[in-house]
Amino acid sequence: MTDSPYILQAKNLTKIYGENVIFKDISLDVKKGETIVIIGPSGTGKSTLLRCLNLLTPVNSGQIFLEGEEITAHGVDHDQVRQKIGMVFQNFLLFNHLTALGNVMIGLTKVKKMPTEKAKQKALHELERVGLADRAHHYPAQLSGGQQQRVAIARALAMDPLVMLFDEPTSALDPELIGEVLGVMEQLAHEHMTMLVVTHEMGFAREVADRIIFMEKGRIVEQGSPEELFEHPQHARTREFLGKISELYGKKEKK
Amino acid sequence: MISFFEFFVRFLPDLLSGMGMTLLLTAEGVLAGFILGLAATLARTYGGKFWRNLAIAYIELFRGTPLLVQVFLLYYGLPGLGITLSREWSAFLALGLNSGAYQAEYLRGSILAIGEGQMLAARAIGMSKWKAVFYIILPQALRLAIPAWANEPVSLLKATSVVFLIAVPELMTRAKLIASRTYDPISSYLAVAVLYLVLVYLVDAAMKWLEQRTRLPGLSAVNESS
Ligand SMILES: Nc1ncnc2c1ncn2[C@@H]1O[C@H](COP(=O)(O)OP(=O)(O)OP(=O)(O)O)[C@@H](O)[C@H]1O
Ligand SMILES: [Mg+2]
Repeated sequence: MTDSPYILQAKNLTKIYGENVIFKDISLDVKKGETIVIIGPSGTGKSTLLRCLNLLTPVNSGQIFLEGEEITAHGVDHDQVRQKIGMVFQNFLLFNHLTALGNVMIGLTKVKKMPTEKAKQKALHELERVGLADRAHHYPAQLSGGQQQRVAIARALAMDPLVMLFDEPTSALDPELIGEVLGVMEQLAHEHMTMLVVTHEMGFAREVADRIIFMEKGRIVEQGSPEELFEHPQHARTREFLGKISELYGKKEKK
Repeated sequence: MISFFEFFVRFLPDLLSGMGMTLLLTAEGVLAGFILGLAATLARTYGGKFWRNLAIAYIELFRGTPLLVQVFLLYYGLPGLGITLSREWSAFLALGLNSGAYQAEYLRGSILAIGEGQMLAARAIGMSKWKAVFYIILPQALRLAIPAWANEPVSLLKATSVVFLIAVPELMTRAKLIASRTYDPISSYLAVAVLYLVLVYLVDAAMKWLEQRTRLPGLSAVNESS
């Protein structure tokens, strides 16, 4: 392992679907404990970028480094890498045949090969972290959207990831359920979990992010602290987008 | 009616032993078909090109030809290639292969219905593809398949009757023997019909029980939710 100050690093990533260049030459440095919020219009490649970062989708060119080691190199075990990069999806994607506890445990028992009793203790602890210890034996269909998403977060946390990727974690939620999920994420940020969050929740971005990245048409247009971006955006496009987004999402933003 | 009742009671022991063979053929066929169908579906959905094509060829071949032709090919055709199978083995193999092709389709439908999201979520926590298939996809897909799949044992049960054409001593074969011995085809085939009805009823009940047992809490109709 090299002594890199960055926990996750992407160099000149390019992703092409057929004839479509989704993004080109994107570079990204993520410091340990940093919370980065990625914003940008629909179809810009935000989800694709996250999926490339944890190798769910291969990039066409470029390199990705996790703790200084190249994970895009030949012969790297992708399953091993993904254990270290947690991912939370817009539509939760809980395993429907397993209870909340089962969802959090299965990665521990089947991937990490942890003994059942130990895995159960750890899973319960993770459910506690997201405030759902009392729902451990509920099936996904018996949980609200907000609860399902918190279980999904616990499921990812259980693997002790180095980084957590969130792809619009609250976009599929009723407004009154958004707060509980953002609350858990805010708490993670305070615990210095390294996070990359794609979201339209500008309140969260403003209060929790260390850095905001504005992406458009497969490029990083502008990035900086929330203050820099919200108060002094350098690009007209950033200003325009922020204006539109606060109009669209402003109403349900307050928790 | 009285005479049919007497007839029925008189030949019941004979018919019951045929019924045993029918049930055995059905159970073996469903089981072998399940294993074959599952393997074919996994090969088709998750296998490489070679396995995918092999699975498709198998499914198309056995769904595209009549069961009777398959039975005859195995029983009368294979000896030409130097392989001689007993009547029972020919029947069992044909039923298993045939049912497997149909079961593969039921399973495939439900695997597709589970969607790619579950696979994505499984891969995201570091599961390999095959671990995801066995721990995440199949437990859901098999449950989802049950209501449609539950028709298969019943339909195979009825289909077993064709093997009387190679004289496997199952229900139909017994009935035919009784009919020619008593010169009373109506009563003997009526008796057989009654017994098939009873069997179908029993198999149906077993399927309903299975469906209840595997239902997930909170999902009243598993196949309606995404
Ligand atoms: N599997 C795929 N095959 C082909 N094209 C794809 C695929 N996945 C995404 N795309 C395309 O890539 C582009 C970027 O999609 P992506 O989902 O990454 O955007 P996004 O920024 O996350 O948008 P949104 O805000 O709507 O979630 C879109 O034009 C989309 O149609
Ligand atoms: Mg997206």
